[in-house]
Amino acid sequence: MEKIILKDIPDLDKIDVYISNGGYSALKKVLTGMKPDEVIAEVKNSGLRGRGGACFSTGMKWSFMPKGNEKPKFLCCNGDESEPGSFKDREIFEKNPHQFIEGSLIAAYAMGIQAVYVYIRGEYWKWINIMEECVADAYKKGLIGKNILGSDFSVEMYVHKGAGAYICGEESSLMNSLEGKRGYPRVKPPFPAAVGVWGNPTTINNIETLANVPEIINKGSEWFSKIGDPKHPGTLLYGVSGHVNKPGVYELPTGTPLMTIINDYCGGIKDGKDFKMIIPGGSSMPPLTKEESLTMKMDAESLKAVGSAIGTAGIMVMDEDTDIVHVLQRITKFYYHESCGQCTPCREGCGWMLKVLDRIMDGTGRHSDLDLLISVAENIEGNTICALGDAAAWPVKWTVRKFRKEFESKIKNENIELPVLNKVHGLRKSDEYVTIDTDENTLVESLIGKVQEITVDENLKRYSS
Amino acid sequence: MKTQEYTPLFDESEMQTVKMHISKYPKPMAAVMPLLWMIQEKYGWISIDAMRYVGDLLSIPHDHVLGVATFYSMYFKKPVGKFHLQICTNVSCMLCDGYKIFNHISDKLGVKNKGITPDGLFSIEEVECLGSCATAPMLQINNKEFHENLTIEKTDELLAKLRNSN
Repeated sequence: MEKIILKDIPDLDKIDVYISNGGYSALKKVLTGMKPDEVIAEVKNSGLRGRGGACFSTGMKWSFMPKGNEKPKFLCCNGDESEPGSFKDREIFEKNPHQFIEGSLIAAYAMGIQAVYVYIRGEYWKWINIMEECVADAYKKGLIGKNILGSDFSVEMYVHKGAGAYICGEESSLMNSLEGKRGYPRVKPPFPAAVGVWGNPTTINNIETLANVPEIINKGSEWFSKIGDPKHPGTLLYGVSGHVNKPGVYELPTGTPLMTIINDYCGGIKDGKDFKMIIPGGSSMPPLTKEESLTMKMDAESLKAVGSAIGTAGIMVMDEDTDIVHVLQRITKFYYHESCGQCTPCREGCGWMLKVLDRIMDGTGRHSDLDLLISVAENIEGNTICALGDAAAWPVKWTVRKFRKEFESKIKNENIELPVLNKVHGLRKSDEYVTIDTDENTLVESLIGKVQEITVDENLKRYSS
Repeated sequence: MKTQEYTPLFDESEMQTVKMHISKYPKPMAAVMPLLWMIQEKYGWISIDAMRYVGDLLSIPHDHVLGVATFYSMYFKKPVGKFHLQICTNVSCMLCDGYKIFNHISDKLGVKNKGITPDGLFSIEEVECLGSCATAPMLQINNKEFHENLTIEKTDELLAKLRNSN
């Protein structure tokens, strides 16, 4: 399989090596022979969809930008990559940074952009340094700056360092962060193409999306649209982690069967074990059971059909001995920590779900907790400004549904403490409590009956002694 | 807007970098993040006075700088150890015994999460996913170097090396 981004060429991160391997020829091609509209049409025809998780058509997104030059326009490249389980952009920064730079310059030309901001998460200290060097190299070669390659197209490019906030990967939050504010997501509409960063038209694209663009220009949209699944063409950088023998980033066409990735590329499950659960696209995506995974193809449409999503293609594999409840507790802890606190359902709901999961882990969970978790999750989903609420709710909702037995096994034989009614004062509670052992299928009505029974017994005992 | 006089926290050459950062953005407020990074690089953490200083440099309200500094988890609002160990325990690392590494370090140094050793040499923090999932478990030191594919032995070696380098 031919690779589009992670090519097997040594030292491709050096600008001279990149140029001698045909680098920046796509930029030359668009600057000398293509109109901006033709570039957008070419990307649209290729069927390239965003690689950040939403899978929106890239060409379509570019076409939303206003045509005139009344206001300056900006392009933000989203390298915030904080989704647990994804580590693909880092691979691009390290192995093929100039292809991404070239892609963003082509995007800038197509949309008439004045400045490109590359937003990279602050933890990627090493890769920020690499990118700053690469941008400086490209400036020296006259590939960024004024009158690029002798044309009348000029654009500036800056690297912006984040400071550790997952929420800044959300596009409107990224814009606020770039403006020097807290990373609070904005209400949409207005969409960034109308009112974006500093109130100007803005497009936000994922790093991997932009890295695909030069090859589409060089080899044509038809070539690209034939790779992988027709509805979601191209290759994906699958980041596999967890219980596999050879974890890492693998570039493969969309629609590759999940089992092929795990068995043929990652060398199967560690210690020859079986697997129990797979998260297909970063921690916020609904998990897959073993049965679903066996026949699953990794593309947007196939995963959508089972209620999951491709996300960032960060595959997390869990073997048969994994404690699913613990995994979900850790995922929820992450969203509780990263919720920006703007919307009540997300801010309070994440903490609530975490408390419930904590007590299930402690062994003091209740049977009603499982339905409570689903109910809280469903009340977060769709009721927040940005998608972090959904991202926190989906794993809880679907893990509890698909792996309910795992949760129930932690709360079997619970003891319920019910108050004994005070005989003298009618319904007022006395300070006595009775503890009742219950099993899975105990109904509330039968519990009430039990309490009354015990209460009567207790009273009899009290008077007879 | 200046309410108090401070001794400048940046010298001449650093002021040139400040100007460079301000020139990157259409509005000066956007330079607040790079400037806070500069303060942290130089002084190790960001004090309230430093936040006021940054606010004055950019002519933005002090409380805005406070808001930004407290929103982002990588800015240290109080002093950390000389070696601040940030250990990832998120799902991929957890599956590969990330908690074992965390607990081992915590026990060995005798400090809890976000704690600092009495000699001020080490502080530890449990952090969220650092994008190093294929090489889990891992830790980061002082927001910089990644140390990946950790084992108990490798962790011990790393701690000894850090202690000796002091």
